[in-house]
Amino acid sequence: MTKEHANWSPYDNNGGTCVAIAGADYCVVAADTRMSSGYNILTRDYSKITQLADKCAMASSGFQADVRALQKHLEARHLIYQHQHNKQMSTPAMAQLLSNTLYYKRFFPYYAFNVLGGLDGEGKGCVFTYDAVGSYERVGYSSQGSGSTLIMPFLDNQLKSPSPLLLPAKDAVTPLSESEALDLVKTCFASATERDIYTGDKLEIVVLNAKGTRREYMELRKD
Amino acid sequence: MFRNQYDTDVTTWSPAGRLFQVEYAMEAVKQGSAAIGLRSKTHVVLASVNKANSELSSHQKKIFKVDDHIGVAIAGLTADGRVLSRYMRSECINYSYSYESQLPVGRLVVQLADKAQVCTQRSWKRPYGVGLLVGGLDESGAHLYYNCPSGNYFEYQAFAIGSRSQAAKTYMERKFETFTEASRENLIKDALFALRETLQGEKLTSSICTVAVVGIGEAFHILDKETVQALINEFEIAGEEAPADETAPQDQDGDAQPAAADQGPADQGVAPMDM
Repeated sequence: MTKEHANWSPYDNNGGTCVAIAGADYCVVAADTRMSSGYNILTRDYSKITQLADKCAMASSGFQADVRALQKHLEARHLIYQHQHNKQMSTPAMAQLLSNTLYYKRFFPYYAFNVLGGLDGEGKGCVFTYDAVGSYERVGYSSQGSGSTLIMPFLDNQLKSPSPLLLPAKDAVTPLSESEALDLVKTCFASATERDIYTGDKLEIVVLNAKGTRREYMELRKD
Repeated sequence: MFRNQYDTDVTTWSPAGRLFQVEYAMEAVKQGSAAIGLRSKTHVVLASVNKANSELSSHQKKIFKVDDHIGVAIAGLTADGRVLSRYMRSECINYSYSYESQLPVGRLVVQLADKAQVCTQRSWKRPYGVGLLVGGLDESGAHLYYNCPSGNYFEYQAFAIGSRSQAAKTYMERKFETFTEASRENLIKDALFALRETLQGEKLTSSICTVAVVGIGEAFHILDKETVQALINEFEIAGEEAPADETAPQDQDGDAQPAAADQGPADQGVAPMDM
């Protein structure tokens, strides 16, 4: 009496890794640009990061079709918010919206593992990390995706004070400067690329600070 | 118009083939304060007169951003206008969600017109009491449309609605042939001149009017008070003459304060109760 199983799954995992790190006056959101399916590479140049508001960016790994649908939904909701409130959504507001959106599909989830990064109302960096159904927490740094198991313990070791493992976290942000955070992110991805087959090709980094938003790229190993 | 036995509800025809309720709704538009629109090949300017009920209250919001490429100015029952703006915004958002491109203006006005028509053929509804000047840009260029409560819509080079709009229309009829090739600055100045005509001698200041622009490479936005006042000062100092077509002395950045260069987003001075 074995249960009959579907011969088809609505989900696929396109792999990839995302990282975000918050500082006193900046936030760094990064993700690799490899999109894969099983052992195949679908493309080496796909962005997993979207800018949701002036001071808010989201990186998502998992099933990219669901990720794209989620991004479009949030963009549309943000437009409505702007029409109603005459201003951009703050990052904590967007964080709550993302959580609610994910839980709305609690029984057919978005297969998306998100990190939201941006500047809060006071201009300080903030990072929010999520599971697929909307459970979220504000943290100083986070990683999601196929390389997160390799990156997260490394970040916990390097960034002791904002670590949520040291309950309660001493700081909500890391004490790093913007350039130190960028170097750390690049190191994380270079390392994860070595051992995680789904991570590689190119690294896209989005930096949000008081001056605005800028994008940086770094080549990663392509094997 | 006078009261008669055929004007009680919108689903009753008069023997002369008129729907009086619809015509009464168009009257409501004529009673509202003026709104004007003009277009060139590359830009559309919308402007409205904003009279507050009393010194203590804020003024009604009559120009709404619908999307980056479309804005609307209303005259008549502003509450109806607000609701229709919300509908238009929603349609634009849904279209970009589905097609990842901007809703063509011509499509939006048809949807709006169809929505208005429904209210002329249901016994439990009433027509919207608001006229809309929809200005926007799409692949086929700059457009200005007027949507009536009757469900009709027309495209215009320039138009004015609301009270004393005839004065603005007369001014624009004289000048409309220059609008297609006009520069952005001259188009805005013409809008201000036309608006001034509706004030019947009252002084035009940026506190009683609102001006908004959309153009190629320029998202729809309402100009801030400083910019508008600077433009008004410029042509009032220059005398009563309407601006000539040559653009040489018209460079607004030369005269105005640094604030004039800032074509920032929606009007910061709007009181919260306006929404």
